[in-house]
Amino acid sequence: MTTLIDNVFNGLALGAVYALVALGFVIIFKASGVMNFAHGSLLLLGGYLTAVLHDAIGFAAALALSVLVTAAVAGAMDRFLLQAGGGADPHTAAVQTIVTIGVDIVILTDLSRRIGGDLLSLGDPWGDSVSGLGPVTVADSRIAAIAVSTAVIAGVFALFRYTSWGLSLRASAEDVEAAALMGVRLVRVRTLAWCLAGALAALAAVFLAAFPAPGLERTTGQIALKAFPAAILGGMSSPPGALAGSLLIGLTEALVAGYQSELTLLGEGFGSVAPYAVMVLVLLVRPTGLFGAKAAIRV
Amino acid sequence: MPEAPPDEEPALIVEGLDVTYGRALSALRSVSLTVPHGTVVALLGANGAGKTTLLRAVSGTLRLHRGAVTAGRVRYGSTELDGRDPVAAVRAGVVQVPEGRRVFAGLTVDENLRTGGLGLGRRRPAQVAEARDRVFALFPRLAERTRQAAGLLSGGEQQMLAIGRALMAAPRLLLLDEPSLGLAPQMVHRIAGVVREINAQGTAVLLVEQNAGMALSLADTAFVLEVGEVRLSGAAGELARTDAVRRLYLGESAEPDHPAATATRDGAAATEGQGAA
Repeated sequence: MTTLIDNVFNGLALGAVYALVALGFVIIFKASGVMNFAHGSLLLLGGYLTAVLHDAIGFAAALALSVLVTAAVAGAMDRFLLQAGGGADPHTAAVQTIVTIGVDIVILTDLSRRIGGDLLSLGDPWGDSVSGLGPVTVADSRIAAIAVSTAVIAGVFALFRYTSWGLSLRASAEDVEAAALMGVRLVRVRTLAWCLAGALAALAAVFLAAFPAPGLERTTGQIALKAFPAAILGGMSSPPGALAGSLLIGLTEALVAGYQSELTLLGEGFGSVAPYAVMVLVLLVRPTGLFGAKAAIRV
Repeated sequence: MPEAPPDEEPALIVEGLDVTYGRALSALRSVSLTVPHGTVVALLGANGAGKTTLLRAVSGTLRLHRGAVTAGRVRYGSTELDGRDPVAAVRAGVVQVPEGRRVFAGLTVDENLRTGGLGLGRRRPAQVAEARDRVFALFPRLAERTRQAAGLLSGGEQQMLAIGRALMAAPRLLLLDEPSLGLAPQMVHRIAGVVREINAQGTAVLLVEQNAGMALSLADTAFVLEVGEVRLSGAAGELARTDAVRRLYLGESAEPDHPAATATRDGAAATEGQGAA
């Protein structure tokens, strides 16, 4: 029983962090129709900046700065690389998706060179402390992950619902031309969406590198690959879907890892394959994802 | 061409407009037309004549369709509109209602109306409420459905919402693209009444229609586009009596032979019109 609670808690914490990344994927896709393959690199960039800055200016300031810089890099990437040619032309999303692969390689190569084989500490205030939560003992960093993600995600949903940026984003995701006719500033709305997604990725990096993970390494960005099935599971253009998908992936991974010994049939390390297995299973039953009412393709 | 009138009574003036899609396909050739302040102007023509292209040139959405103005000018009052983005048009007071309604199906009626004010930036809540009250006075049915998803409305209600959404920006010139398309006759009648009402409140209307009977009954003046060029123009009542318009757009039976008395340009309209259709 304790193991179960333990595993579920870990799953929720993982899912909450995946949700930050998956929500970024979805916001970008909704705003531009682009699958951002550079998201993992943006996440790594955010983590790296926090890691190198925290000694000098303290964790909170380092995190704030890294979130801002990562947001700016994501926004600049969209504004000056992706939108430079086509403007808000909706026909070039596929080309722009390929461009993100190129950007990913550039950022990742440089960061890998800088990080090398090191394990960087992000200097987060939770360290390796633990708390008793009922019958189980959990890492403080995971409690923080759940609390912070919940608050931030609630904030993002409020942005969607109550601000004119959110309204502009939802309107242009449904019909670019009609939104343009209403005077929605497509370029700006879209770039802001990329900024927000970049900021979320930088924030997620903190929790992915925090205890019980050993620290930030050059492969940390690949975790974004697990948020990818989460976003697809949810229907790719549905923020609540990304949330549900992330929790599902997080729980699956934690449970499979937790009950590893009883699942030897599936071989060792199945936990890292499980997200994709779940994605395939869900898509077999619901090809458009959990919350994707329509095909997740912008027309 | 008259001088641009002072901005209290701005007119839409299109002069010698050429529009090309994808740098190859010529869609409009030296089109000129004027929509004076406070009037209703009808723009008639068959499919592919360039009616929607003209609206796109005014509202600044040509670029979304890979089109560009290659010659000529579009201005509204003292504001140049050619080559500008749609925000410029909305800010100048020119708002287009797209063909096929194009409401945001997943958004509620209320949210759809809110999108109508997005081009104007930050507005005082009182201004927004006033605009919304005007829309609800015009379309009481929308007021009953504010929380419903727009995609669940009937076709007629969606057309009302599309017009209401545009009115949220308090336009001085409304561009209406085929508002009667796909609607039941009774609803077409309702929409015609609404256009009249909007015009009576001081908003000019450029009405693109295939339903020429309805359009000519509403309009002060009318223009007929054929394959990208203006073939006929004049007072709506007079145009409704010309043979070419009656044959081609009002569905009256064609005369078997071309009467020699018909003006040559009418004859050209008739033959080219059949080629375009």
